Amino acid sequence: MKLNGKPDSDIKIKANGLNLWYGENHAIQDINMAIHKNKITALIGPSGCGKSTFLRCINRMNDLIDQVRIKGEIQVEGKNVYDNDVDVVAVRKRIGMVFQQPNPFPKSIYDNITYAPLKHRLVKKGYQCDELVESSLTAAGLWLEVKDKLHSPGTALSGGQQQRLCIARAIAVKPDAILMDEPTSALDPISTEKIESLMMELKKDYTIVTVTHNMQQAHRTADYTAYFHLGKLVEFNETDALFSNPKHALTDSYIKGRFG
Amino acid sequence: MNPNPFYDPSLKYRHRSANLFKWFTRGSILFTLAFLLFFLFDMARTAYPALWQTYVKVDVSYNDKSARMTARAVSKKYRKIVSRAWLRTIPKQLEEYPELLGTTVKQWVLADDQVDQYLKEHHHNLKQKTISVVEELKIRNEIELQWNAVFFFRGDSKIPEYAGILSALVGSVLTLLVTMFIAFPVGVMTAVYLEEFSRDNWLTRLIEVNINNLAAIPSILFGLLGLAVFINLFGLPRSSPLVGGLTLALMTLPIIIVSSRAALRSVPDSIRQAGYGLGLTRVQIVQGHVLPIAFPGILTGSIIGLAHAMGETAPLIIIGMIAFIPDSPTTITDAATVLPAQIFTWAGMPERAYVEKTAAGIMVILLILFCLNAVAIYLRKKYEIKW
Repeated sequence: MKLNGKPDSDIKIKANGLNLWYGENHAIQDINMAIHKNKITALIGPSGCGKSTFLRCINRMNDLIDQVRIKGEIQVEGKNVYDNDVDVVAVRKRIGMVFQQPNPFPKSIYDNITYAPLKHRLVKKGYQCDELVESSLTAAGLWLEVKDKLHSPGTALSGGQQQRLCIARAIAVKPDAILMDEPTSALDPISTEKIESLMMELKKDYTIVTVTHNMQQAHRTADYTAYFHLGKLVEFNETDALFSNPKHALTDSYIKGRFG
Repeated sequence: MNPNPFYDPSLKYRHRSANLFKWFTRGSILFTLAFLLFFLFDMARTAYPALWQTYVKVDVSYNDKSARMTARAVSKKYRKIVSRAWLRTIPKQLEEYPELLGTTVKQWVLADDQVDQYLKEHHHNLKQKTISVVEELKIRNEIELQWNAVFFFRGDSKIPEYAGILSALVGSVLTLLVTMFIAFPVGVMTAVYLEEFSRDNWLTRLIEVNINNLAAIPSILFGLLGLAVFINLFGLPRSSPLVGGLTLALMTLPIIIVSSRAALRSVPDSIRQAGYGLGLTRVQIVQGHVLPIAFPGILTGSIIGLAHAMGETAPLIIIGMIAFIPDSPTTITDAATVLPAQIFTWAGMPERAYVEKTAAGIMVILLILFCLNAVAIYLRKKYEIKW
């Protein structure tokens, strides 16, 4: 699938006829979508429209829920992550995730960053870990704030700092893409602003897919925006085009705030 | 004067019923406290005399005759006063210290339980003749109450003044070690499996219901199970801490499983999600993040389970741990008894001297339970993870 004439090599993640059922509930219906490399793609839509569920399909987090049935493909760099020869742990390692509620482990800031890289054997204990902690926290814009208290608990930070710690933790695993599930909805405007500028910074190195309820945020940060409605992908376009000239009446109503 | 705009005639009644309710709750707690204090006070009062035991200062002659007929070691006048059990140790004393042979030593010697009861002004059945001897000794200051080391450093005896709690204490410790060794790992692992790994299907739900029911089964049935399986089927030695510990482990398991599951369930799911999002495996998440957070809760639950097992008597009676055990067991296959069983035995003894020993035994067990709970609180505070 090509979008706006861009070549396929720019496409990082691709959904092919993706369907998902929670028991009898057909929560995601036949989604086809291509997510571009080193861009921010925002998923918007009213509550229960399936945008978060779709996001969780990309790194197979929905596998953890009983009674979920998935049909269709999610291709990451051309490989379907639902293939039998794909290990779910490897998928989640390469596609990081940041959640709505900041959820640092109740361990030190240092251990929060190094725990998973050590388990993945990306680094060895000692100076390699120290370097990783510094580079990850710097990339997440948190280094200057916490460099003197790396061994104090990550849970003692403020909400915004915790969320940036979670982002630092995600990029410490060296993923290809980062999924963000409403990363700022639990934060105050100043912390939100910091996360947003961080996202703009991070897209140089990572492909970012974010779910948001905040349309201004989608408008400000995203290169592409997808509008979901009742489990269907209604409209997907470059952000400016989607907001200035929505093709679908539902999209138009939603972005003008007629329902939400 | 303006009428009060906040006047509401129904308020008076509402406040009154609220107050009544508050006083009812306060009354309940006072009632409970009063009961508890009365029980503790009465126990302590009864147990206190057991800390002291009567000793008399008499001449003890060590010679061939007294080694054979130990009663001859003291003069006839004092035979009713000195403890028979103590006199029976004379041959052993001679074995250890042969230089004693042929000497007469004036020393403090354990007194007979009736003399002890007389001195403590309890009920006794001393004859007038013996009483006058005791009074005579009293005047010479050759009879007195001393610290009762026998109670803490000796096992049970049919001679009251020589009966102690040590063998039961050692039996209890050995039994509980076996219990913890089995029940803690098995219980925690079961809880981890049910809470973290199993899928929700009819089989796991059946297991769950059964575990919850197991916690409510009368403990004596576990004793019958232990008798049938461990002793009759496996042929393990009767009355042993091994069998007792295994039986109590069966009984403690559901408590540990249920409390460990509650502790695991209280770990926020966001922690697991965070782990999965980083590509950690389920085992890594459980080991590295979920168990450490749940650990204080698991530990507290297990210690409470242990305390529960500590006070359990009925199943141990069935498997023979009610036996008369004068010597402390040294291994888990020796015959042994436990503290509550010892208390039960003493409570059934006709001699008045056992009454205070029963109470003292109860105080010992309460003290241990108190310490276990203190340890539980300490560990909880120590390993608690601050959010």
